[in-house]
Amino acid sequence: MIEFKNISKHFGDKTVLNDVSHRMETGKCNLIIGTSGSGKTVLQKCLVGLFEPDNGEIIYDGISFTDMTEEERKLLRQQIGMLFQGSALFDSMTVEENVIFPLNMFSKMTPLEKKKRVDEVLARVQLVDAHKKFPAEISGGMKKRVGIARAIVLNPKYLFCDEPNSGLDPQTSMVIDKLIYDITKEFKMTTVINTHDMNSVMEIGENILYMYLGQHEWSGNNKEIIFSKNERLNEFIFASEFLKDAKDMRMLEAKGKIDNDRNMDELLK
Amino acid sequence: MHQCNDIGIGSLGIVCIISVFIGAVSAVQTAYQMISPVIPKETIAQIVRDTVILEFAPTLVCIVLAGVIGSKIASELGNMRVSEQIDALEIMGINTKSYLVMPKIAASLVTIPMLVILSMVLGIWGGRLAGTASGILSTAQFDKGLLNSFSPYNVYFALIKSYTFAFIISSIPAYYGYYVKGGALEIGRSSTKSVVVSCIMLLCADYVLSQLLLSPAM
Repeated sequence: MIEFKNISKHFGDKTVLNDVSHRMETGKCNLIIGTSGSGKTVLQKCLVGLFEPDNGEIIYDGISFTDMTEEERKLLRQQIGMLFQGSALFDSMTVEENVIFPLNMFSKMTPLEKKKRVDEVLARVQLVDAHKKFPAEISGGMKKRVGIARAIVLNPKYLFCDEPNSGLDPQTSMVIDKLIYDITKEFKMTTVINTHDMNSVMEIGENILYMYLGQHEWSGNNKEIIFSKNERLNEFIFASEFLKDAKDMRMLEAKGKIDNDRNMDELLK
Repeated sequence: MHQCNDIGIGSLGIVCIISVFIGAVSAVQTAYQMISPVIPKETIAQIVRDTVILEFAPTLVCIVLAGVIGSKIASELGNMRVSEQIDALEIMGINTKSYLVMPKIAASLVTIPMLVILSMVLGIWGGRLAGTASGILSTAQFDKGLLNSFSPYNVYFALIKSYTFAFIISSIPAYYGYYVKGGALEIGRSSTKSVVVSCIMLLCADYVLSQLLLSPAM
């Protein structure tokens, strides 16, 4: 579990995060959503220590990240995997070398064990024939999968994903979402995902934090989001007419179900 | 080792070409200016030797290397920064400065003085080749002049310069590349800026070192 309390961050005169607090649950896909410039990426970078918050506290499973020394943070970071928006694969390395890199840096495995582990995680992300390819030779979806493989190769407790679906077609996006969801459940990780993608919100949003202008605006899950009365959230989530119609349909369906249940109850009486 | 190969072997071709030509040109131009028949021809070899060792090999070669290596270091690190590869390393708990920057500086400190020594040899050889090929002086005269009042201190001085320049032309571009912000355009800008700043710093260092190390000898 990752908990953050009263996080604030300023860049010069600009306040990017203002007193944000929330709790990211273990074994769940925790989503941070919001419009561009709402502070999602800055919040995520504060959580992993790439930015230092001006105020507030970040707690990883009861241990304050904010109070940790640089050495302690280094140790904790070995339990963190991160999938970047652009995948951030090392250009000069093959897929296999990218994935084996964290093992070479931090594990005491033998070369054979490392090779076996790399094969395992690449198979887990459904990449079996791309070992010797360079990042420039594979598609965007494959890059994301290599990024996930590299992020999970050390069996991390925490997985951070920054816009995992950006630049991907809807079908590939769903594959990536499902993969992240399955991995989260399989390894009981605390997964934090920054996303704009409404499919992801509806499919895997078990714990959602909606941010507006650097502030915590709403939180809940993918069931509650449909019925939320928060206007800003509704404007953001159901921005298009199509999505508004879909929401109305869902609400009607739900209302119909409630009415049906009532009728059934009356009949049973 | 990989960085040594990138920086050293990668720059070998340009260093060889430049060195031979600067030696050859300095021989021809020295001969052109030495119109007095009183001055022996061997003096041309002496002048070529000293100018190549003291100035051309360390300074001119390092200015060229500032362009070749400097832009490579700045754009490589800049690209890693912009594409979040540096962030990815930091997330893993790796000290990116020591992992990415230090090997480049260390490789430069190892390979650039070697390139400068090679440049000295090739520069003098280029001068000998041009001098004899154009009939300015014979090989025997050149070789005799080469050994006349040779001061090993000049070589030490050139090596001290080359170590200083190696640090400048690797650390300044590394700084500009490491701290680049923005996208592809900014990588190009920071690469160019790093080369310009490196060249200016290199010339300043050249003057300061000459004042410090050559003044007592003058």
